[in-house]
Amino acid sequence: MTVGVFAPAQSGFAQQTPLISGGAGFLTYTSGGNTTYYPILEPLLAAPLGKKILVESRADLLESFSPKGAGQSGYDHSHFVGLTFLQGDYDVSPHLTIVGGEYLLPFNTYNERLTPIWIGNFQDAPLIFSLGLLSSSSGLGGMVRGNAIERNKYSISYNYFYSTRSATEQFTSHRGNGGRVSLYLPEQRLEAGFSFDRLLQGTHENFFGAHVWWEPKDTAFRLRSEFGHGQHAEGYWVEADYRTLAFGGLDSIIGRIEPVLRIQQTFRLDTIASDGLPLTNTERADFGFDYNLPHNTRIITSYARQFSSTGNQNVWETGIVYHFLFPAWKGKE
Amino acid sequence: MMTSKHWLIVLLVLASVSVLAFAAQKGNAPATAPTTKTLAAAKHPLEQQDEGQRVFQQHCSRCHASPEGFSPRISGTILRHMRVRASLSQHDEEALLHFFNP
Repeated sequence: MTVGVFAPAQSGFAQQTPLISGGAGFLTYTSGGNTTYYPILEPLLAAPLGKKILVESRADLLESFSPKGAGQSGYDHSHFVGLTFLQGDYDVSPHLTIVGGEYLLPFNTYNERLTPIWIGNFQDAPLIFSLGLLSSSSGLGGMVRGNAIERNKYSISYNYFYSTRSATEQFTSHRGNGGRVSLYLPEQRLEAGFSFDRLLQGTHENFFGAHVWWEPKDTAFRLRSEFGHGQHAEGYWVEADYRTLAFGGLDSIIGRIEPVLRIQQTFRLDTIASDGLPLTNTERADFGFDYNLPHNTRIITSYARQFSSTGNQNVWETGIVYHFLFPAWKGKE
Repeated sequence: MMTSKHWLIVLLVLASVSVLAFAAQKGNAPATAPTTKTLAAAKHPLEQQDEGQRVFQQHCSRCHASPEGFSPRISGTILRHMRVRASLSQHDEEALLHFFNP
């Protein structure tokens, strides 16, 4: 099982010391014969304030080295530093948490769950990633969320957000609102959900999304999929990954291999391209081959072939990512 | 717009993946190899461990691989973080706390 390599906390009593987690990686992206190199650091801080409040934040520190064009040799260099989110969570009850600050928009699943570099199976996001994310992928304002119903056979979770407009460099957001409802069936290990949001500035637009995730019991197989619909484009992606238990478990040399497949398509509904999706209908297949090394380190490689009327292209990606997780300072003895 | 041809492709992809999943499910016996977790469980109430492991598989493994270990000083903080991210219920949170700190 996927918990095969899990080692719990050492014996001791659970504490709530602030923690630093995140990922550090070195990634490459090759297309059209040009390779770009990305050293990246994604630290996350989580700090409880008393029994009810948790402050958490994630940042991106990215360097980019890409070849100079126009026949020149050498590389151009640029960097990016930014906060991905900075939010406070207030536990009101077992079924309700109020979130305030800058938070990841909960449209579909990719933005909230799979964007950390130490989690995603592929380096790049799906083609429909920007649908429903109101141009910034984060909101500034408030959100309510939680587990509404928990039964043995099923559970239902929800969230609803309202975001205000902000042009501040580190807290860019658009006015909008929306939410997500998910149903989870634990016996079938099946999750299905529906998302919606509405942009409330400029030309008001609605976005809808749906997701299905499935992890069959007693396997290390995972299926994830999303569909997104906007005013001007729509699309979907389906991703599957698998690790075998047949050759000595997940800790074996073979068990650490993780083949990954992702199929995706986008469809442009009109010529207004305000949503970040390709300008023409596009199909893409990604074939990945990840390797889970010991010590929370992962090699991520993939090849993708993209088809569209503007031209087909190959994309090769490789990278190595390390996931770190440790206390921010000394706890109680 | 998605045409019938596109829907056919989607259905074929989903069908292929489902077949793969069922094959994987059939081919893999439940993991019974002793792990750090199961060894630890032998020393503690089995029900709590089993329940914690079930919750871990259902809620945590859905998104990410298991970390190889961490200090008990931060296990409570991890739960507070994941309570929000994964919409954990109070019961799930308690079960995971036992699982993290056997």
